[in-house]
Amino acid sequence: MIRVIKKNAGLSMLALPGFLLIIVFNYVPLYGLLLPFKSYRYNLGIWNSPWVGFDNFGFLFNGDALYRVLRNTILYNMTFIVLGTTLSVIIALLLYELSRRFVRAYQTILFIPYFISWVVAGFAFRSLFDMEYGVINRFLVSLGEEPIMWYSDPKYWPYIIVIAAVWKGLGYSSVIYYAALMGIDSEYYDAAKIDGASKIRQAFSISVPMIKPIIIMLVILQIGSICYSDFGLFYNVTLNSSLLYSTTDVIDTFVYRSLIDLGDIGMASAAGFFQSIVGFCLVLVTNTVVKKINPENSLF
Amino acid sequence: MKDYATTLARKPLPVGKLIIHLIFIALCAACVFPFLVIIGTSFQSENDIVRFGYSILPKNFTWDAYRVILHAPKTLLQSYFVTIATTVVGSIVGMWVTTTYAYAISRKDYRFRSFLAFFIFFTMLFHGGMVPSYILMVKWLGLKNTALALILPYLISGWFVMLMKGFLQTIPEAVIESAKIDGAGELRIFAQIVLPISKPALATLGLFFALQYWNDWWLTLLYVENDNLMKLQYLLIRVLKNMEYLNSAEAIEYGLVKPGMLVPSLSARMAMCILAAGPMLLVFPLFQKYFVQGLTVGSVKG
Repeated sequence: MIRVIKKNAGLSMLALPGFLLIIVFNYVPLYGLLLPFKSYRYNLGIWNSPWVGFDNFGFLFNGDALYRVLRNTILYNMTFIVLGTTLSVIIALLLYELSRRFVRAYQTILFIPYFISWVVAGFAFRSLFDMEYGVINRFLVSLGEEPIMWYSDPKYWPYIIVIAAVWKGLGYSSVIYYAALMGIDSEYYDAAKIDGASKIRQAFSISVPMIKPIIIMLVILQIGSICYSDFGLFYNVTLNSSLLYSTTDVIDTFVYRSLIDLGDIGMASAAGFFQSIVGFCLVLVTNTVVKKINPENSLF
Repeated sequence: MKDYATTLARKPLPVGKLIIHLIFIALCAACVFPFLVIIGTSFQSENDIVRFGYSILPKNFTWDAYRVILHAPKTLLQSYFVTIATTVVGSIVGMWVTTTYAYAISRKDYRFRSFLAFFIFFTMLFHGGMVPSYILMVKWLGLKNTALALILPYLISGWFVMLMKGFLQTIPEAVIESAKIDGAGELRIFAQIVLPISKPALATLGLFFALQYWNDWWLTLLYVENDNLMKLQYLLIRVLKNMEYLNSAEAIEYGLVKPGMLVPSLSARMAMCILAAGPMLLVFPLFQKYFVQGLTVGSVKG
């Protein structure tokens, strides 16, 4: 016993600060999962506030806001997962065909949007879509077209949001897949070439299957956060314009508003609870399915 | 190097390669175009913006926007100070706790390895959400309107630990074994052997942390109402949200502009954006190769 402690004490001491921070900032808040079942009063604290059962979840089952918010969140995330993954894999495959010198140059530029915050990205999109001075509207006017009221018409936003998300994340995610491609043994390609396989054939028969584990791993994690959204994207790029909520409001912006503007802790925490539970279940289910098909590819 | 040679050896059709290059040139243009508009507009005169709109090439080049902002830079400088201070402190402390934790769970002979690995992995799958975190920070820890609120929540995260662990696992066990035989303690092995050979990974981690702290505005939005603790990005949100910000009474109050001054507000907003984002845009692409290197090692499953 003492030997075990002595032997592991050094590493335990090293891990201790991280361990404590994880407890405080990741595990202590789990206690707050009780919140949705309580009518929270500041003066009473979480434990002493009265229980209210599922009352706070009422909004989940009535109210159009939730339907809208849920639909937006899930549709956007599904689009990001499918489109984002496909595009980054394609970009990675294309990069793989180029020499290192070009790869580095292109990657550096594709990475630029990743290095800036969503706030600055908000400026960038505003410079294009501003209704009076924006580049796009000025261009339309110069063609004799009517300017488009981007920031007051929700119908354009599904496209703008998806473009913004892809624009910002492509550099980063394609690097992950490119890195995975670099790890493939070149003998596979040599063999394929002897067999006369074309470039496209090689991509589909060697490259994609070889990086499949990492694609699946990232997709599972993304599925786990299908109820969460990048708050920065939906808050800054849309300028938090209430006219656009029908297509830009997601669970996170909705929760933020209920918490900060309305102070509705019950509803906000019920929504957060819902996000956590649904995400967790989805990860478990997806992982089980993946494990059934091919244990090698599962996350855990 | 081997991969480089094979890439050279596999000659695709020139036409195919040309198309690939054209695709990338178009993508790169799409990536930088909005920023060029911001830069161009910041040098434009107010009249030209009203007449021609935002554009990359200013018709009449002028420094007016920058002159206005830097005329009374108190708020901006204060924001810079807060941003730099939280970035430096947060990155250093964050790197320390992340690396030590990741190192412990990367050691195959460590007894609590799998427990601690699961302990952090679980946080990636399940968390309490925004409201409990808010109550924790504000009510239990009493950190509202403190600098700590801008640092503590980001110190450790599952992604960074996993990334670091992926790298540290590649250190041969023999290196650590031999140090142990020489009688070195764990702390000493970590500081004198592991850290020095982990420089590329540390550089990547440091960049991730710096990026996260520099670009953060969410913590300000949630936990800070005090203007002296405003981070640059949050200042920008206010500028972006309010077209007339620089002409408003608020701006005068913060000392951004002097009363009665004619303010080029459209270009000033863009200039403000460049002053806030500039350091990131200039410095970080230089480190991009470390980023790629670090991701390459860290993304290997294990």
